Amino acid sequence: MNTLIALSGLGLITLFSEIFSFKKLIRPIIFLGLVTALIFSISDWNTNQSLFNNMILVDNYAVAFSTLLIGLTIVWFLLSNNVFLEGATEVDHSALVVFALIGAVCMTMYSNMIMLFLGIEILSISLYVLAGSDKTNLSSNESAIKYFLMGAFATGFLLFGIALTYGATGSFSLTAIGDAVASGGNTNSAMLTAGMFLLLIAMSFKVSAAPFHFWAPDVYQGAPTAVTAFMSTVVKTAAFAAFLRLFATIFASNTDVWSTTLWAIAALTILLGNIAAAAQENIKRMLAYSSVAHAGYLLLAILSMNQLAAGAMFFYVVAYSVSSLLAFFILLIVSQKTGTDTISGFKGLFKTHPVLAILTVIAMLSLAGIPPTAGFFAKYFIFTAALDAGYIGLVVLAVAGSLVGVYYYFRPLMAVFSPTEETEGPIVNPSTVVLLVILAAASLLLGASPRLISGLLG
Amino acid sequence: MLPLLSILIFLPLIGGLITFFSGANARKTALTIALAELVFSAWVLLGHFSPAAGMQLVEDYWWVESLGISYKIGIDGISMALVLLTNVLLPLIILSAFGRTIKSPALYFGLMLLMQSALVGVFVALDGFLFYIFWELALIPIYLICLNWGGENRSRITLKFFIYTLFGSLLMLVAFIWMRTQTQNLSFDIDQFYALKLSAGAQSWVFWALFLAFAIKMPVFPFHTWQPDTYTDSPTQGTMLLSGIMLKMGIYGVMRWMLPVLPQGIATWGTLAVSLAVAGIVYASLIAWVQKDFKRLIAYSSIAHVGMIAAAIFTLSSQGLVGGVVQMLSHGVNVVGLFFVADILMNRTNTRDLGSLGGIRSVAPAFATSFMIVLLGSVALPLTNGFIGEFMLMSGIFRYNAILAAIAGLSVIFGAVYMLRAYRKIMLGESTTASANFTDLSWNEKAVLYPLVVLIFLFGVYPEPIIQLVTPSVQQLQDVITNAGAATLR
Repeated sequence: MNTLIALSGLGLITLFSEIFSFKKLIRPIIFLGLVTALIFSISDWNTNQSLFNNMILVDNYAVAFSTLLIGLTIVWFLLSNNVFLEGATEVDHSALVVFALIGAVCMTMYSNMIMLFLGIEILSISLYVLAGSDKTNLSSNESAIKYFLMGAFATGFLLFGIALTYGATGSFSLTAIGDAVASGGNTNSAMLTAGMFLLLIAMSFKVSAAPFHFWAPDVYQGAPTAVTAFMSTVVKTAAFAAFLRLFATIFASNTDVWSTTLWAIAALTILLGNIAAAAQENIKRMLAYSSVAHAGYLLLAILSMNQLAAGAMFFYVVAYSVSSLLAFFILLIVSQKTGTDTISGFKGLFKTHPVLAILTVIAMLSLAGIPPTAGFFAKYFIFTAALDAGYIGLVVLAVAGSLVGVYYYFRPLMAVFSPTEETEGPIVNPSTVVLLVILAAASLLLGASPRLISGLLG
Repeated sequence: MLPLLSILIFLPLIGGLITFFSGANARKTALTIALAELVFSAWVLLGHFSPAAGMQLVEDYWWVESLGISYKIGIDGISMALVLLTNVLLPLIILSAFGRTIKSPALYFGLMLLMQSALVGVFVALDGFLFYIFWELALIPIYLICLNWGGENRSRITLKFFIYTLFGSLLMLVAFIWMRTQTQNLSFDIDQFYALKLSAGAQSWVFWALFLAFAIKMPVFPFHTWQPDTYTDSPTQGTMLLSGIMLKMGIYGVMRWMLPVLPQGIATWGTLAVSLAVAGIVYASLIAWVQKDFKRLIAYSSIAHVGMIAAAIFTLSSQGLVGGVVQMLSHGVNVVGLFFVADILMNRTNTRDLGSLGGIRSVAPAFATSFMIVLLGSVALPLTNGFIGEFMLMSGIFRYNAILAAIAGLSVIFGAVYMLRAYRKIMLGESTTASANFTDLSWNEKAVLYPLVVLIFLFGVYPEPIIQLVTPSVQQLQDVITNAGAATLR
C-alpha cells in the first residue's frame, strides 16, 4: 500500500514542480521518490496483506512484479535523461511516466475488477499522450491516435467483460468470482462464457497478441524510441502480470472452456510475430513485431497454468525487459547519429564504437534466447512449464519460432561487424554506457545463475 | 583437493577475458595462457589421472536444483584424449596467427580462448543440460570469429552455419528435456540417462533428434551443406578451430550421449547411419577430387575423414570406437597442418587456386618437406598417425559389413589421389608468376608446423600411449551399451 501512496505522491509533486517552480530539482526528486517506492515495495515481501475492503491484495506475486516495474522505471529514467526527458516538456513527460507506473503497479496487485480497470486506464491514458509526445512528428501523432482508438475499443471489451462476469457471478471481487466459477452451480454459464471471452480479448489486446496486435507495430514505430522502450518493458510486464492474475484467480477451474482459444491465439501470435519481424528493415518495427512474438511465448505461461507458470513468466519478463531496454536505447543512440532506424545504422559499429557493438551482441543474443544470456533460461523455463502442462505441439512451434528469431535478431548483429567507411562512432554519455553495461552484465549474470530469481515465485 | 577440471575449464575463460583488455600484447597474452593451460592439462594427466579408473576427478554441485540441473563434470580416457587435443592444438592455432595482420587482435584471441573453455567443458560435462550449455557456448565465439574476420560472403554463410547448427542443438535440447522427464529423479545426470529404459518407439525419435544434432556438427552427409562454405570463408584460425576441434564435439557427443542411451535406436537405425556416413565418404572424396581451391579441397576431404569415423563408431565395435578416438586426434593434427599450409600459400601468393601455383618445392624446401609429411599423415601412409586410426576404423567397419568397408576403403585411395595431385600442382612443375618469389618458412611458421610433424611421426610409430589411454574407457562404454541393450530386450 505504501508503494502506491508513495508513487501517487510522487506523481503529484512532479506536476506541482512546474507551478511552484522547483523544476530544477525534479530529477533528484523523481529518483528519490522511485527509490523510496522500491524500498516500500520490497518491504512488503511475505506480508500478504489485503487492503481497502479487499480491493488490493499485496501477495508475493504482486510484490515481485511491482518491484520489477519500479526498478525498470528507475533504469528507464536514468537512461532517458537528456534524450527524451529534456527541455520544456520534461515535467509533463516525467509526470506521465510516473502515472503510467502507478497504473502498472495497480495491475499487479488488484484483487477487484474495478482496480484492474482503474489500473489499465491510468496506464493507457498516460501512454496515449506519451506516444504522441513528439508533437512535430507526423508518425508520432499517428501512433497516438491509433493507439487511442484501438485502446478505447479494447477498453469497451474489458468493461463489457467485467459487466457480464458481474452479471453471472454477482461480484467484482476476484476471490468471489473465482469461487462462483469453481462452484459452477447458479452461475448463468452463457453470460459467464461471453464475459470471459470478452476479458480474454481485452487482455490479448493489451499484451498485443495476434490477431489483436495490429496496433503494436505502428504505435511502437511511431512513438519516440524512449517511449517505445517503456511500452515494451514496463507496460508489457504489467499487462502480463494482470493477465495471469486474472485468469489464474477466476478462471483456473474452467480452463477447458478457454484453453483452446488461448492455444490458437498463442500459436498465431508466435507465427505472425516471428514471420513479420523477419521481413522488417526498420529495426524499431522489427523489435515491435518481435515483441509480439515474445508475447506469444509468454502466453504459454498463462496457458500452462501450473505451479511453474508464475515463476517462469516472471523470469521471462525480467530477461526480456533487460535486453529490450538495452536494444531500444542502443537503437536510440545509434539513430541519433545516423538519423535512421534501419539496420544500416548499425553498420560498422564494431569499428566506430566497440563497447556499443558488444552490448548490441549481448542484447541480440539474449533476445534470441542463446546461452549464456538470461534470454535462454527465460525461454527454457517457459517451455518447460508448457511441456509439463502437456502442450508439446505448441512448444515445438515456439522452438521453431525462436529459430526464425535468430535470423532477424542476427541481422543487426551482423551489420555491427560489417565494414564501414565511417570513422566516428555515435556520441554517448559515459554514464549511459555504464548503465547499459550494467544491464548487459545483469543479463549475463542471470544466464549464469538463474537461481537468483527463478525461485522467487513457486 | 583442487577442483582440477573446473580450473581446466575456467583458466581459458578468465584468460580470454584478460586478453580482451590486453591491447597490443594480445598475441603474447593469449599464447601464454594457452601454454599454461597445456602445461596444466599435462600435469593433470601425469599426476592425477589413471586410464583404468574410469570416470574420475568428478565434481558435482547443483546449478538449478528445482529443474534437476547440476554442474557435474568428470573425465575418463576418451574425454582426456579430446581435452589434450584441444589444449595441444590451441597454442599452435594461436601461434599460426603470428606474423599475420589481424584487425582487433585482442578480441580475436580472446574469443579463441573463450571457445577453448567451452570446448573443454563439452568434453568433461556429465550433465545433459550442462553439456548443451557448453555446446552452445562453443558456437558463439566461433560464429563471431567467422563473422568479423572471415571472407567476402561471410554474413550470409555464417548465418547459415549458425542457424543450421542451432537447429540441431535445439533438437538435442528437446530430446534431453524429454529424457529428463523419463528419469527416476527428474535430473539431467548422465548416469540417470544411462539407466533409462526407453521404449523402442521413443528410442527411434530420440535417435533422430540426437543424430541430427551430432550429424550436422560433424558433418555427416547429407547434413554437410554448411561446411564447405564456412570452412572456406572463415579466417584460418577459425577454420582450424572448426575442423581441428569443434567437429569432434559431434563425434564425442555420439559416443558419450547417444550410443549408451539408445541401444535399440542404434539397432534399428544404425545401419542407415553407417550407410549415410559411407555414402558421404565417397561423395565428399569425389567432390574434393575436382576442387580447384585448396582450402575447399581440404574442407571436402575433412567430410570424408569424418564420415569414416562416424561410420566406424556406429558399428559399436571396440576397434571402431578406439579407432574413432585415435583418428579424431590424428585428424585434428593433420587438418590443422593442412589448413596452415593453405594459409601460408594464401599469405605468400594471394591465391589458393591449384592451377595458378607450381614450382614451390625448389625455392622452399622446408615448407615442401613439412607439407609432404602433413599430407602423408592425412592420406594415412603407414608410420604416420593417420594410418593407425584409419586401419582400426576399417577393421571395425569390415567386421560390421564387408561391402560397406570396401566402399569406405575407396576413400583411402581417392584421398591419396587428390591429395598427391594437389601437391604436384602446387609444389612441383614450373613456377608461375604467383609463386615465383616464394619465401621459405619463417620462424613462427616453423614453430607451428614442426610440432605437428613431430606429432604425426610420434603417433605413427608409437601409438601405444593413446590406445592405452582410451581402451579402458571404451571398454566401460561398451559395458554400458551391452547392459542397456540387455535391459531393453528384457
